Amino acid sequence: MAHSLEQYKQAFANARRPLGGSSDLAQTREAALSRFLTLGFPTTRDEEWRFTSVAPIAERVFTLPQTSPAARHRDIAPLRSGDVFGTELVFVDGRLAPALSSTDALPRGVRAGSLADLIAGGADGIGSHLARVALFDRRPFVAFNTAFFADGAYIHVPAHTIVEKPIHVVFISTGETNGPAMSHPRVLAVLGDDSQAAVVESYAGPDGAEYFTNVVTEIVLGQNAVLDHYKLQHESAQAYHVGTIVLETGRSASCASHSVSLGGALVRNDVIAILAGEGGECTLNGLYLADGQRLIDNHTTIDHAMPHCDSREIYKGILADRARGVFNGKIIVRPDAQKTDAKQTNRALLLSEDAQVNSKPELEIFANDVKCTHGAAVGQLDPDALFYLRSRGFDLAEARHLLIHAFAGDVLNRMPLVAVRNGVESVLQRQLAHALAAAA
Amino acid sequence: MLKVRNLHARVAGREILRGIDLSMNRGEVHAIMGPNGSGKSTLARVLSGHPEYEVTDGEILFEGENLLELEPEERARAGVFMAFQYPVEIPGVNNAYFLKAALNTMRRHRGEEELDAMEFMTLVRDRMKQLDVDETLLSRPVNEGFSGGEKKRNEIFQMAVLEPKLGVLDETDSGLDIDALKVVAHGVNAMRSADRSFLVVTHYQRLLNYIVPDFVHVLTDGRIVRSGSKELALELEEKGYGWLEEPVGSSKV
Repeated sequence: MAHSLEQYKQAFANARRPLGGSSDLAQTREAALSRFLTLGFPTTRDEEWRFTSVAPIAERVFTLPQTSPAARHRDIAPLRSGDVFGTELVFVDGRLAPALSSTDALPRGVRAGSLADLIAGGADGIGSHLARVALFDRRPFVAFNTAFFADGAYIHVPAHTIVEKPIHVVFISTGETNGPAMSHPRVLAVLGDDSQAAVVESYAGPDGAEYFTNVVTEIVLGQNAVLDHYKLQHESAQAYHVGTIVLETGRSASCASHSVSLGGALVRNDVIAILAGEGGECTLNGLYLADGQRLIDNHTTIDHAMPHCDSREIYKGILADRARGVFNGKIIVRPDAQKTDAKQTNRALLLSEDAQVNSKPELEIFANDVKCTHGAAVGQLDPDALFYLRSRGFDLAEARHLLIHAFAGDVLNRMPLVAVRNGVESVLQRQLAHALAAAA
Repeated sequence: MLKVRNLHARVAGREILRGIDLSMNRGEVHAIMGPNGSGKSTLARVLSGHPEYEVTDGEILFEGENLLELEPEERARAGVFMAFQYPVEIPGVNNAYFLKAALNTMRRHRGEEELDAMEFMTLVRDRMKQLDVDETLLSRPVNEGFSGGEKKRNEIFQMAVLEPKLGVLDETDSGLDIDALKVVAHGVNAMRSADRSFLVVTHYQRLLNYIVPDFVHVLTDGRIVRSGSKELALELEEKGYGWLEEPVGSSKV
């Protein structure tokens, strides 16, 4: 067994009591640990990880933060957009910081809070979904998280309830630990029949901090439920981030999940959408930007398990310097899923000769009456468009900026929450200026 | 205003312009005509600073300034506008935003106050009316999904908003039906003034019925083989380019 795995086995033994949970959960954790130790960290021989070596994660030993240092308001200030969010749950190094959080604005019956509290108080029904949706059998990082998660957010919107203001879940890593720290946040969102909500997950850490975030998000939508979900990954440029989102839609439910990855040294996002009810709908959109030697890997799976479901997906990446991007978009159409309508697009913009992207659509279609299309394109900025803009007075840098923004805007404009979109825009502006300055 | 001397230029290693001499005064409209491959569009593109065209000899002075030393955007800010033969589609860039940014860049360069959104819209509405441009065009991405005629009209509309000193029209008439042609010509004529000049590159004499030039130059094989008044265009229409095969020598206006 690899050195780091031994250490994690030890850490699990030491931490077992504080991690808490019912005996069922304790058993699940044991099983997850054992599965994690068996699977080990994936290597590039693993088809799912062919282009992404997690050696930098596997070779380090990350420690669980002992106690959470107090996060300051300024750490999360950039993530907040005025009074846009009704509810904010702020987690510092994986633990809820009640002083920074606010749940006052929640409508009656809606619950949002610390998963640790929920577990300690005996799960109230929605707990049964925990570790049910995100299976860890073949996913070492999900197993790792399931064994170790200490806290996270749970959101429960009861049937026929509409939450007007978005719920914001913020995970801050302080990097203020002895040696690199890891956190395994967990998010569980359950929407009852005919309910509606918007949930935003943000991830961030201070510049220069080296840490590892391994998050698992489980989302369950009842019949006719509508969720607008965002994951904004703005980790420090030295951080490692692995995230797995598994969402399951009921009959006629509709879920959009937007993934924005602008931070991190080594990032892997898995989004798995299971269209488990007839007439369901799902939209997966993604935007990522990497410069320097950073790597961002997006793997998506849309599993059409039932008939008459629609899925729409568009992922776009911007890669500068020697950065690398990976996109793998799998669409499964099960034998029962007749009248499936699936559309996938993925594009990458390379701003330097050394930037690279590996992109692969994977269609597995077992039904015959379906519509499935996919398109992929990798390219540079269009020289004709650059010249056209210059001929109208824009200098080269402005012209490049404008075209890159237009490229990204195609994804941003699909985000219904304007405040979130504007927030992402400003981070993108900053990161882009940085990437272009380095390239110049 | 514009002085072109012994201009030689090539693209992709092939020499296209082989010694162009041309001189334009303020307020004049010059037409450049010639058969396919004669170098008409190359001349327009060299003037605008297209990076694929390499000038191997000669010079271009614009208002006394060496144009060849300026980047394309500097030429634009100095007052040279090219209406593209094939306007480029720019998905995701809103036409209104694009035009306002372009205009304010020019205004800054000219030492004028930038226009705010209201002032900009007032100006733009006036020009749209003049050029019979639909207002929905403003909210659409630049040239995306425009028909050929809409693209050409959009070029002239941009020119009307940006108000350059020299407008270079690169086969703006190609592919236009007669109604669109009249609209475009009307837009150009409305801009004619004692301070503004136009270089109208065209394959067909028809446009010159509506934009009446002060001078016509005929380009063949990278050289101006004949210059004259607007009657020259009519003569060409009648006889074709064949009768000019024997160069008369490069003439100056």
